[in-house]
Amino acid sequence: MIELICIGCPKGCKLLVDENNNYSVTGHSCQIGVEYGRSKILNPTRVLTTIVRIENAIHNSLPVKSSKPLPKDKLIEAAKALKNVVVKAPVKTNEIIVKNILDTGIDIIATRDM
Amino acid sequence: MYDLIVIGAGPAGLSAALTACEKGLKKILVIERDKEMGGILNQCIHNGFGLHLFKEELTGPEFAGRFIEKIKETDVEIMLDTMVMDLDENKNVYILNTRGYQKIAAKAIILAMGCRERTRGAIATPGDRGSGVYTAGAAQRYMNMNGYSVGSKVVILGSGDIGLIMARRMTLEGAKVLACVEINSYSSGLRRNIKQCLEDFDIPLYYSHTITDIKCTNNRVSKVIISRVDEKYNVIEGSEIEIPCDTVLLSIGLIPENELSKAAGIIIDERTKGPVVFENMETSVEGIFCCGNVVQVHDLADNVALEAKKAALAACKYVSEESSFERIIEVKANKPISYTVPQKIHLPIEEKLIDVSFRTNRVLGNCVIKVADSGGNVISRYKREYVIPGELEKIKVPVSLIRNEQNNITIFIEED
Repeated sequence: MIELICIGCPKGCKLLVDENNNYSVTGHSCQIGVEYGRSKILNPTRVLTTIVRIENAIHNSLPVKSSKPLPKDKLIEAAKALKNVVVKAPVKTNEIIVKNILDTGIDIIATRDM
Repeated sequence: MYDLIVIGAGPAGLSAALTACEKGLKKILVIERDKEMGGILNQCIHNGFGLHLFKEELTGPEFAGRFIEKIKETDVEIMLDTMVMDLDENKNVYILNTRGYQKIAAKAIILAMGCRERTRGAIATPGDRGSGVYTAGAAQRYMNMNGYSVGSKVVILGSGDIGLIMARRMTLEGAKVLACVEINSYSSGLRRNIKQCLEDFDIPLYYSHTITDIKCTNNRVSKVIISRVDEKYNVIEGSEIEIPCDTVLLSIGLIPENELSKAAGIIIDERTKGPVVFENMETSVEGIFCCGNVVQVHDLADNVALEAKKAALAACKYVSEESSFERIIEVKANKPISYTVPQKIHLPIEEKLIDVSFRTNRVLGNCVIKVADSGGNVISRYKREYVIPGELEKIKVPVSLIRNEQNNITIFIEED
């Protein structure tokens, strides 16, 4: 049995994942918990949220995120890869800032207009 | 003369203004001291917002963006870069901006000023006074909006959500977060943040510890001493751990920002540090309502936006009709409940159920929350698997069961 805290929503359910029984999940309040519990053990992923530099804008930094969750062990590498990215205003929400980050097939997109 | 003036354009103010507009209120003004709308959400670039309100996971800027886009389509007037200097009980608002000092008035006011961070002075952390000590929110703004690097070897004092979020943020920016230090035996942050911000990156969390000394070299933090404390927060001699670092982030709590409320003569609850409110978010001054973190510190922006809707509906009602309540019920709380919001209820009211939220001052396991009338009769009960200080607890109280001769209700908890 592996004990997990579900991060699917702020409720934070305590999940139990049975690795000896086809990774069955108990302790969840909704389907998100079941999926989180399984994928967390089999393939942990996270949405990356960070910033890139922006020029000619109201601020120096533009908030961005990965369009889908990235493998957890690639988070730091991906954040590092974004350190030297510089964009120019104006940028719209959901605009692709970096395509296919680290060959994951996942894009980095803007999370606000600036 | 405005129908409604909203002070603050964060999640509370924007949600309130939008709701009031949707309800048909005509002349609405939102005043914001920053140069853009969105409030603190602009620097909260992480995700986890909107799950309740929009049924999807958004980042702070995306969450704010939803409101900003909508409000731009309305006739709501937005005044940016404008500081409210004073407010009085007659609903006059005194503002200062590049056009000078002005007095404006409204039929109703909604206070949505939010809260601010407690600082090093608030907890009297001893040690040198060099650079490198920031509140977590200030560091978040420097990093996420101004694009500055804040530090490279970091110790975080307090395990509030902003501190936890910053632990992950600094790690992603290439800094090494050496420890998160919490004086209590439990965290005041959400459990999922401990998981995804600390455990994901193997950052140790020291419970029942605090910083007992900060040392500086060349005017910059060079190390901290952390020590274990007992249940009464007394430092245990000989438990010191020395951690070389260059940055200390403080995540030690938030205080509702109520200078304007006090100026207007609004009664403040010493427990919440926010206005004493009725069930419709009205303050002790008729026609002045409040919502969001100016009332009490919320866990979630979603709940702030929902509370703002409630305040806006009440403000609309106030502008259009005479109030008709007959009596006031006090909401009392027994330990370990620290406070309740609302603190008072108008009767009679249309609603059968009233939302009451509260925090406890310690961790409870399986328990039953009970509501009793002034005669000691329990009128409702709510089972919980746990109640923790870090998560705002909510119950729906059946006011329809409060009999006429009653003048208060008491909320208490019985542990199994």
